[in-house]
Amino acid sequence: MAVKWNKDVDAALAEAKARNKPLLIDFSAAPA
Amino acid sequence: MPVQAHIKEHPVYFHRFDVLWTPTALILDSSGIERYRSEGYLPNLEFRAQLEIGLARIAFMHKQWPEAERRYTAVAEKYPNTSAAPEAIYWSGVSRYKATNDHTALGAVADKFKERYQSSVWALKASIWSH
Repeated sequence: MAVKWNKDVDAALAEAKARNKPLLIDFSAAPA
Repeated sequence: MPVQAHIKEHPVYFHRFDVLWTPTALILDSSGIERYRSEGYLPNLEFRAQLEIGLARIAFMHKQWPEAERRYTAVAEKYPNTSAAPEAIYWSGVSRYKATNDHTALGAVADKFKERYQSSVWALKASIWSH
């Protein structure tokens, strides 16, 4: 199953709070 | 909920979360509080195990002891050949102790480390509970 990555931390934080869900943030420097 | 932050696109996020090395994965609870951090590359299975440790950590830090124990036990069972397994055994026992106040739960953890993962740091941490 493909992961649908969010790029906006603040939007994701708001959604996580609203849905009472944890948040994973993946920090990368890998070439695109 | 997964979020991706690339150093070229979102350098401000690196500063905000004190990320100084990549790859780094953070697990935040629903309040936005960091509960787990993994720095550096890990092979797939090890990484998955670490993510599940992170979810167990959220339950632990929220004092949801039965849920934490269930999650840690699941990690130890699903990923027995990863570095997460002895950590999960340790915290599973601690979660049970927190739930029951029964110190024999800690002795049981020490006993488990006599059978496996003897060289892990978690076995050392549990050794004080050995009879």
